[in-house]
Amino acid sequence: MSKVISSLAEAVLKVRDGASIVVGGFGLCGIPEKLIMQLKEQGTTDLTIYSNNCGVDEWGLGLLLENKQIKKMVASYVGENKVFEQQFLSGELEVELCPQGTLAERLRAGGAGIPAFYTATGVGTEVAQGKEHKEFNGKKYIMEEGIVADFAFVKAWKADPFGNLVFRKTARNFNPIVATAGKITIVEVEELVGAGELDPDEIHTAGVYVQHVYAGQNYEKRIERLTTSKEA
Amino acid sequence: MSNGRERILQRAVKEIEDGMCVNLGIGMPTLIADMIPDEVDVMLQSENGLLGIGNYPHADHVDPDLINAGKETVTTKTGASFFDSAESFAMIRGGHIDLAILGGMEVSETGDLANWMIPGKMVKGMGGAMDLVQGAKRIVVIMDHVNKHGESKVKKSCTLPLTGEAVVHCLITEMAVFHFTDHGMELVELQEGVTMEELKVATEADFIVKSSSLNV
Repeated sequence: MSKVISSLAEAVLKVRDGASIVVGGFGLCGIPEKLIMQLKEQGTTDLTIYSNNCGVDEWGLGLLLENKQIKKMVASYVGENKVFEQQFLSGELEVELCPQGTLAERLRAGGAGIPAFYTATGVGTEVAQGKEHKEFNGKKYIMEEGIVADFAFVKAWKADPFGNLVFRKTARNFNPIVATAGKITIVEVEELVGAGELDPDEIHTAGVYVQHVYAGQNYEKRIERLTTSKEA
Repeated sequence: MSNGRERILQRAVKEIEDGMCVNLGIGMPTLIADMIPDEVDVMLQSENGLLGIGNYPHADHVDPDLINAGKETVTTKTGASFFDSAESFAMIRGGHIDLAILGGMEVSETGDLANWMIPGKMVKGMGGAMDLVQGAKRIVVIMDHVNKHGESKVKKSCTLPLTGEAVVHCLITEMAVFHFTDHGMELVELQEGVTMEELKVATEADFIVKSSSLNV
């Protein structure tokens, strides 16, 4: 049975007020821009979002912030967003800062059925407050919990009708682990290929994690910091 | 670039050895990439999922799907590989990265590092810094020795929230280079033109001097 959907509206309609969503991307690279736009249009509120960053003003997850749809944000770095700052300082937005590697592993663990794990990351810092500490071979670790969300929003480069995914360059980032950590995973891609057209050896994410695939068009793929060289 | 910064970067690049896998933090450490001599072959790691960062692209070859952890457009070098964020940090936490060079706001005499937030000001987040300081084999911090009010950033103990406790192996400032050992913080080099008296005045932390190893 094909997982391909011809419009995002129906799939995103399942996201209700108060839902939790894990979202792929690093900065603006590899973000599911069509899914975010659709969710903005739908206006769903009180969302808990897990994503490495929170977009910028007027793009990416920044659109949902601006629209006051996010109740709680779990991220590792949020420095690029003035709306974020305003909502955080006014107490409108709940924020949990999570070290980037810990966030990645929490998603990987959640998607792999592992409820918690120990890491040295954050020991002796604010991040460790209130968390279980345990010593292994003379070194201190803290316990961090896996993340499973109601929905996962993923951006891939290519997909086939089975939901097998291929990512491109550093647009891969959090997307493959995010895909595993949602109860319902919706993927948008630049290119939909036919059954059998992906070499099984090339597939980054197996279709088992994916419920819906949508082929987007006219990707903006905005660049946050255009840096060029005359030599190269 | 100021003289002090240039001096810090020139000294920091010497920490990079042929064959290493190195993570350069956002900001001043990123500038080291361009200073690595051609004969020193290293793989630069970017925690968003790239080992083998190349030069910045020519304007005709910019690719929005290819950025570094500072969100700058980059290229790949020969031998580069891509991976997801979980694997990227497995590489970091698992001790497979030889060296991380990070910026600092404060370093204590016991090797604590604070570099991610200033309470009361906007919190940007720690990104990958807390993972890097725990995972990379060697942590080098580069920073100005004093802040803009002339106060020492090399402290007895950090006043800002920590990134990690006793994680720094080497501190490079425009005044000196210190190593952190079982015996404490040890001065290993004075930067050119800096006297011991000047260094002592500018340093809140207590440090050991082994004159035998010091090139004064």
